[in-house]
Amino acid sequence: MTHRIVILGAGTGGTIMANRLRKTYAESEASITVVDRDDRHIYQPGLLFVPFGLTHPEDIVRPRKRQIHKGIDYHQSEIDRVDVEADRVHLTDGTTLDYDVLIVASGTDLLPQETEGLTGPGWMEKVFTFYTLEGAAALEAALTRFDGGRIVVNFIDLPIKCPIAPLEFVFMTDWYFHERGIRDRVDITYVTPLDGAFTKPIAAQSLGDLMAEKHIELVTEFNTGEVDGEGGRLVSYDEREVPFDLAVIVPLHGGASFVERSPALGDDLGFVPTDPHTLQSTVKPNIFAIGDATNIPTSKAGSVTHFEAEILQDNVRRFLAGEPLEGEYDGHANCFIETGFKKALLIDFNYDTEPLEGHFPAQVGMPLLKESRLNHLGKLMFQWFYWHSLLPGRDIPGIRPDMTMAGKHRPGE
Amino acid sequence: MSTKTLAGTPVDVNDEGFFEKPEQWTEEMATEMAEEEGIDDLTPQHWQVIHFMRKEYDEKGTGPTVRVLGKSSGVSVKELYQLFPKGPAKVAARIAGIPKPRGCV
Ligand SMILES: Cc1cc2nc3c(=O)[nH]c(=O)nc-3n(C[C@H](O)[C@H](O)[C@H](O)COP(=O)(O)OP(=O)(O)OC[C@H]3O[C@@H](n4cnc5c(N)ncnc54)[C@H](O)[C@@H]3O)c2cc1C
Repeated sequence: MTHRIVILGAGTGGTIMANRLRKTYAESEASITVVDRDDRHIYQPGLLFVPFGLTHPEDIVRPRKRQIHKGIDYHQSEIDRVDVEADRVHLTDGTTLDYDVLIVASGTDLLPQETEGLTGPGWMEKVFTFYTLEGAAALEAALTRFDGGRIVVNFIDLPIKCPIAPLEFVFMTDWYFHERGIRDRVDITYVTPLDGAFTKPIAAQSLGDLMAEKHIELVTEFNTGEVDGEGGRLVSYDEREVPFDLAVIVPLHGGASFVERSPALGDDLGFVPTDPHTLQSTVKPNIFAIGDATNIPTSKAGSVTHFEAEILQDNVRRFLAGEPLEGEYDGHANCFIETGFKKALLIDFNYDTEPLEGHFPAQVGMPLLKESRLNHLGKLMFQWFYWHSLLPGRDIPGIRPDMTMAGKHRPGE
Repeated sequence: MSTKTLAGTPVDVNDEGFFEKPEQWTEEMATEMAEEEGIDDLTPQHWQVIHFMRKEYDEKGTGPTVRVLGKSSGVSVKELYQLFPKGPAKVAARIAGIPKPRGCV
């Protein structure tokens, strides 16, 4: 019998899974169908560099279809909903797809409309986001025009993709105005709902110190209730205010909207309830999820998606063969944090181990939680790996999906 | 971990005052803890949030975030801040006798 595998979303996770599963199964053993709404695959980490003119929208977009290997059926349509009971997907072009295994790889939707005032007067004039290609491009123009005043960077609430990206944005802003020679005329403020610069204590400390060194103001435990573009202020639910001339906002994130339209598929925010180790959904055994679409407690990041893919590939095979799944994924995430001036930090962590100092992947390697040139080069090289190694479903030599303690040490050790 | 006496009964709490064992909680304890948080009177709306928190914890193993509370508890985020001005997710979790919500990374 030919297994029918349907993958929803042809972004990072969907593309990797399609290509990996094509290697697991001959075409006679399994059909693989991938669905996405358009043919523009964006290298999302590149969005950070667009506002500073370091890369351009056309340099970070490639056709989706070309990333997907031969023998995989690419179907371009908006997904309408999943009928979990009937094992069937409905697309808005009228097509229905029946499946034996469904992989939800539909990422997140941005929800700027859920924050009062955010898309009101001033949106895309003095209130921007760099989380979309259009937003990042518009922000480039706005930064070019900016010649002094208050810049505020804020993410409304977690979860967001790449939770360190807004922090990278403030570091890059500091560098950018240094380069332009007007840093002294620009106030940069980072406004966060967290009680520190980052979620985990050791990294929060390092990053907080770095912000202080760079004269970036930190406002914590600020839960933005309203963005007043016209008046130029963020207002928190407990009625504090932060004034701005230019605001860079990361809007609330939810799961893809079709998840909410599909009874029983998602949680309150539209993410798929997923076993954190096997990546099988808790909705129904033949539904799996990967990447930003899951509710598992690790970062929503491309590196996470990549590590998950190796485990998911094996578990889909096990499931279809009637074998027990292996609960192997450990929450491993690995993120470069660009800090400007051609330097970057690297963090490496999982469900149980917060980002620590040391080196990655072992004693000799890239420094963890410390600024270095090497990390900056790593961050730039990642784009090449993304298109040529990650998406095709190749393993990166020397880098394992599970986190290793080799090279790491705890404070005081 | 330490022990604290609420409504005449010892309970286990962590350094930040969150319950370690939700099953030790009673409604009288909630009233007493609310006073410590500066909430003198628990209104029916407060109780609605407290009961929702405990239900979420029972079902999901962690307390809800403010956003989930705003979406699903029947009380809007704005009202939540009026009810628990020092931060709805944390304060309501403490009063509801559940561990600190895990949040995200
Ligand atoms: C500014 C920014 C910087 C980042 N930097 C980094 C970084 O430095 N390192 C890192 O590891 N990660 C980074 N990330 C995160 C990374 O890009 C994502 O975590 C990763 O792409 C997730 O992959 P995914 O497959 O889950 O989702 P995506 O790649 O977003 O794919 C989801 C796909 O589903 C499709 N879809 C959704 N709904 C529908 C529908 N109804 N119908 C049809 N198609 C649908 C979408 O079109 C999309 O193509 C960054 C993200 C951003 C925004």
